[in-house]
Amino acid sequence: MKVRGKAVIFGDSVNTDVIIPSKYLTTLDPNELAKHVMEGLDPTFYEKARGGVIIVAGKNFGCGSSREHAPIALKHAGVKCIIAKSFARIFYRNAINIGLPVVECVQILEKTDNDDELLVNLAVGEVVNLTKNLRLQASKLPNFILEIISAGGLVEHLKRRLGKNGKL
Amino acid sequence: MNISEKILARASCRKEVSPGEIVEANVDVAMVNDITGPLAIETFRKIGVKKVWDNTRIVMVLDHQVPADSAKSAELHKMMRRFAKEQNIRYFYDVGLGGVCHQVMVEKGHVRPGELILGADSHTCTYGALGAFGTGIGSTEMAAVFATGKIWLKVPETIKFNVAGEFQKFVGAKDLILSIIGQIGADGANYKAMEFDGPVIRNMNISDRLTICNMAVEAGAKTGIISPDRKVMAYIKKRVDGQIKPLKSDADARYEKIFDLDVSPLEPQVACPSSVDNVKPVSEVEGTPIDQAFIGSCTNGRIEDLRVAAKIVKGKKVKNNVRLIITPASREVYLQALREGLLETLTEAGACICNPTCGACFGGQMGLLADGETCISSSNRNFTGRMGSPKADIYLASPATVAASALKGEITDPRRL
Ligand code: SF4
Repeated sequence: MKVRGKAVIFGDSVNTDVIIPSKYLTTLDPNELAKHVMEGLDPTFYEKARGGVIIVAGKNFGCGSSREHAPIALKHAGVKCIIAKSFARIFYRNAINIGLPVVECVQILEKTDNDDELLVNLAVGEVVNLTKNLRLQASKLPNFILEIISAGGLVEHLKRRLGKNGKL
Repeated sequence: MNISEKILARASCRKEVSPGEIVEANVDVAMVNDITGPLAIETFRKIGVKKVWDNTRIVMVLDHQVPADSAKSAELHKMMRRFAKEQNIRYFYDVGLGGVCHQVMVEKGHVRPGELILGADSHTCTYGALGAFGTGIGSTEMAAVFATGKIWLKVPETIKFNVAGEFQKFVGAKDLILSIIGQIGADGANYKAMEFDGPVIRNMNISDRLTICNMAVEAGAKTGIISPDRKVMAYIKKRVDGQIKPLKSDADARYEKIFDLDVSPLEPQVACPSSVDNVKPVSEVEGTPIDQAFIGSCTNGRIEDLRVAAKIVKGKKVKNNVRLIITPASREVYLQALREGLLETLTEAGACICNPTCGACFGGQMGLLADGETCISSSNRNFTGRMGSPKADIYLASPATVAASALKGEITDPRRL
């Protein structure tokens, strides 16, 4: 599984309250959520993300509230993958469960600039910075997680397992 | 094994587990609230399973936006009521009947020592105070739990905090956990369990233990946990029915790291804008003017917290141009405060008492901030925009520090009143 896109850089401890503020949580419409994603940090993000980008960030990405609206808003705004030094654990699980790839890479922030073209190989655990011609080692996702991501998320994954009798 | 490992071993029907292992565990109780519930329900329907795995093990609480603060939240509440009825969910806490989900879970006996409890809310880690392994998950994952009753979990490493010494007057659980988060950082326990022990913890009442475990997630932890003792058993005896099988850490349990802490020199602590690990002793921020003071939330909205606040403001007046907002964490807390006359004392001092809800803590309703305003809050998050305007500043502190600050209109050391 490979993902390719331009880098958009954020710092450490980007929390889910800034990814999507609580005032927007009354809607379940992913496209509506996407319009307000990262609004507090970078009002131009929604425009930038359209067409597909890869977020590059520091440590503890997605900390705070468990709101799944955060990865959903990112995914629907056009984020194809998030590469960070580390993730907060609930966000990490949420992202995988909705089919948004998340990769840990210790050096990513130092070796990437905004708009660098990145290629992520999820199965191998490698990030290639095509602009700078650099290869960076990243976390390799376990097979069962890759299965969930390639199915498009946990729901699709479970559907595939669902028997005719409606039981798992 | 330590308590977290033992609970995960039991939940996954194994004799032993060790950190790093991934287990498939059976879930004892699953909780959703009115923010995460609707998305979980919608996703559950997409999976295509007709019935939830066990209608007696799911708890649904309306707390974040109650009573409904907009037509949109009213729709979400309606959706939850319908689902509860259709699936015959046994425990549904509607407007007026419950309160903040974590407080409701604890006081209504849904949290039992030794059990694995998943909540679609990050502060589910609170339940460790009663010796349960509680951890937060998202809505999609909760939908899968509704369908299967199972979840995969990585057995976490555990960091242990042995706490000794004696608190000074008006210094307590909140100051301790803020100082720990200040020391280890907002990701200091990421993916890990934080276990608390030592004479100070053993002396603490349940309310204080809940405060401490509640904030474990602010250091990134998967859970905060305390081996249950006689106090816990006495607390739950009145609330839980059925058999209880508590588990405790072995004397030779393995820990990734052990911190030995002494609380005697600790002064009141304040987390400054805009991250929970930006913690300073109150002396460094004393005198900062405030517009609002908030006491409530699953961290510090319990009866013990209201008692402290009432004691401090009794017979005095909240400073002009400062709002003191008080939100009892649950109906039970509200009733008790009513009976003890605390609501009267607080109201006389100028406080505005709200119904039990997440309200201001969540930045939903009942106490939001305008541009340029400053609030001191007993809750657990001071992120940019958390309580309304992204241009407002939030300081976190104990109920004592918040109440004292409300009287003076500036951040105040409660020991000096
Ligand atoms: S009181 Fe605050 S922290 Fe607790 S559950 Fe409600 S919103 Fe979350």
